Amino acid sequence: MSALADLLASGIVRTVLMGAAMLGAISGMLGAFAVLRRQSLLGDALSHAALPGVCLGFIIAGTRDLGSILLGAFVTGALAALAMMLIVRRTTLKTDAALGIVLSVFFAVGVVLLSWVQGQGGAASAGLASFLFGQAAAILRSDLWIMGGVGLAALALVLALWKEFKLVSFDADFARAQGFPVTVLEAALTVMVALAIVVGLQLVGVVLMVALLIAPAAAARQWTRTLGPMVALSAALGAASGAAGALVSATTRGLATGPVVVLVATAIVVISLLVAPERGLIWQALAARRARARISDGRLLKTLQGLAAAHHDANYPAEQGMLEAALGTRAPSARFAALERRGLIHPVTHPPETTPHWELTTAGHAEAAALSGKPDDPKGGGQT
Amino acid sequence: MIASFFGSIPAMILLTGILVGVSGALLGSFLVLRGNAMLTDAISHSIVFGIIVVWLLTGHMSGPVQVLGAALTGVLTVVLSELLARSRLVKMDAAIGLVFPALFAAGVLLISIYARDVHIDVQTVLLGEIGFVWLNTVMIWGVDVPIAVTTLGAVLVVNLAFVLVLWKELKLTTFDPGLAAALGFLPVALHYAVLTLTSVTAVAAFDAVGAILFIAFVIVPPATAYLLTRRLWLMVVLAVGLSVAACVAGYLLAIMWNVSIAGMMASMTGLWFAIALLFAPDHGLIAQAFGWRSKRLDHDCRALVAHLFTHQDTPQMAEENTQRALVEHLRWPAPRARAAILRAHDRDLIERRAGLLTLRPKGTAEAEAIFGKTDLRQR
Repeated sequence: MSALADLLASGIVRTVLMGAAMLGAISGMLGAFAVLRRQSLLGDALSHAALPGVCLGFIIAGTRDLGSILLGAFVTGALAALAMMLIVRRTTLKTDAALGIVLSVFFAVGVVLLSWVQGQGGAASAGLASFLFGQAAAILRSDLWIMGGVGLAALALVLALWKEFKLVSFDADFARAQGFPVTVLEAALTVMVALAIVVGLQLVGVVLMVALLIAPAAAARQWTRTLGPMVALSAALGAASGAAGALVSATTRGLATGPVVVLVATAIVVISLLVAPERGLIWQALAARRARARISDGRLLKTLQGLAAAHHDANYPAEQGMLEAALGTRAPSARFAALERRGLIHPVTHPPETTPHWELTTAGHAEAAALSGKPDDPKGGGQT
Repeated sequence: MIASFFGSIPAMILLTGILVGVSGALLGSFLVLRGNAMLTDAISHSIVFGIIVVWLLTGHMSGPVQVLGAALTGVLTVVLSELLARSRLVKMDAAIGLVFPALFAAGVLLISIYARDVHIDVQTVLLGEIGFVWLNTVMIWGVDVPIAVTTLGAVLVVNLAFVLVLWKELKLTTFDPGLAAALGFLPVALHYAVLTLTSVTAVAAFDAVGAILFIAFVIVPPATAYLLTRRLWLMVVLAVGLSVAACVAGYLLAIMWNVSIAGMMASMTGLWFAIALLFAPDHGLIAQAFGWRSKRLDHDCRALVAHLFTHQDTPQMAEENTQRALVEHLRWPAPRARAAILRAHDRDLIERRAGLLTLRPKGTAEAEAIFGKTDLRQR
């Protein structure tokens, strides 16, 4: 713990942590809209398309100046979005083909530019490759101001157009019918995705940026059904992944930040998918188990009731093996025990046979009658 | 002769590029048509994880074990994404975007932890080293052949055989999966077969072009061919041809400008696409723009004839049947009105006398055809 405290005392580490958390928060906030609008993979295409912009920004500025690099990334990202739109609207190619074309071609041009810059030599050009996988350690104190500015601008835009973005994200057709400028709003959301990518580049790099957009939002979606909390939670999870990833990569030599951040974010998603209340896979499995148990209990009771009625003997002892064979339910012995605990059936012996037998108690008869009183209830289930 | 061909560095680099391009284009044609193009993206990223895991477990960096082992990760990505989407907790696009970055990130981390000093480094993973494929060779029939060339050659033979043997089945499942299933073909099995071969190809191509540029070789030439033709066999042939052309042109430009060879080859596929997008005879943007203009002009002609017919021999005729009326009453911009009149005049539909537009017999006939021979003025 004291090692951590020492680490946090260092100014550089604090800068990196703050930067990483800020970037994660911005990406998480804007990624929520991308995920809801099913544009997750657009983020992938736009982030790969940022590479030529990074190189162009570097070539034009001549140094590793963050402002011009981010501007370049933003411009080529926006160009890629335009190219996407052009291909989807004016050709019969499907959206995914358009995404793949834009992603790979822009990236290829970026690779060519990158190799050209590296061929020119110069110390600064080496840092350019860190935009592939991110290097949070390279964040400078002055960079924080740029990121903070971009983040505040994005936040202000989201708050100012909250209602409009909400409507466009959930029901674009209705928004259009209500007279909202849907195309403009969608363009604004796409531009903001590009913006989130641009600021996230330093943290996770062009290749893995898509995960920082999607993962916090996908995780947040599991915990809430309301847009406001989802966006806030997504930003918080993004910030947490960013900070954790930056911390790990800053303390381990030669570890790029991007992959660590992505793995942290993925772990958060996996946990959310498993344990989120109601939606989570574990809860789903539990609910399914409970439903199965309820159905097999009902069938068991009704079978016993039917046997009792057929034999004109309310305390008719039914053999367990016969019931299991008749019902064919999986692991029924556990159900016998459960029903006995609820006081609905109780075990009896039926000499000379030695196998276990069961009969309905009074409460069991009442329960079975209640089940047959609602023949429409599918959960009653006993078709004996 | 043969030995000198396989010993020549430029020939080997070009051959490697062409083998990647042709193998990718064969499968890519079907992926693009089926709307699975982005699965290539997922596969080619996540095989990085498979390659490094196989290397850590067996020490193989190439050969059949490595190709098949790593290709499993590609298929695993697709299966995981589909399972995740089927749980309905996340949508398909988000599912793809969650699975492959995670596997890719894990692969990159493993590389930077365990393989820092081995010949794969993080940048090679992305960009490939097609310029160095001739370094690792294997002796075949007394000739030194680059390993990448033999692996990719084998993959190409498999892909080609797959496409040729299952041509009919692929065609049917691509265009009508419902009918294919009803007829007893196995669309799902073919779907996974195509994706498995894509994974295998991606792994084989990995050394040469890296994880991401591979996507360009798979998607872009078929998409370009798709803009140029509507026949499947022609599309596949065109895609292969475009790939080869991109490799040759990319190689020459890369040598000239001293830049990444694989990057330049992939960029050239993008250039072909841009050219096709603009100039494709039927579906290109320029053809579309001309088609749109001439359609509008035809429509304007018909509207003009109908307008003149409606007002012919009425008291308003002197006012309505003029160029000015088109601008002031129909609200057409003056150039549009002029163009419509000229076109109608060229077709001998109307004539102009002292500023008054009148219908020629052919124009009257067309107007009657429009109105179904009912004379509006008598109603």
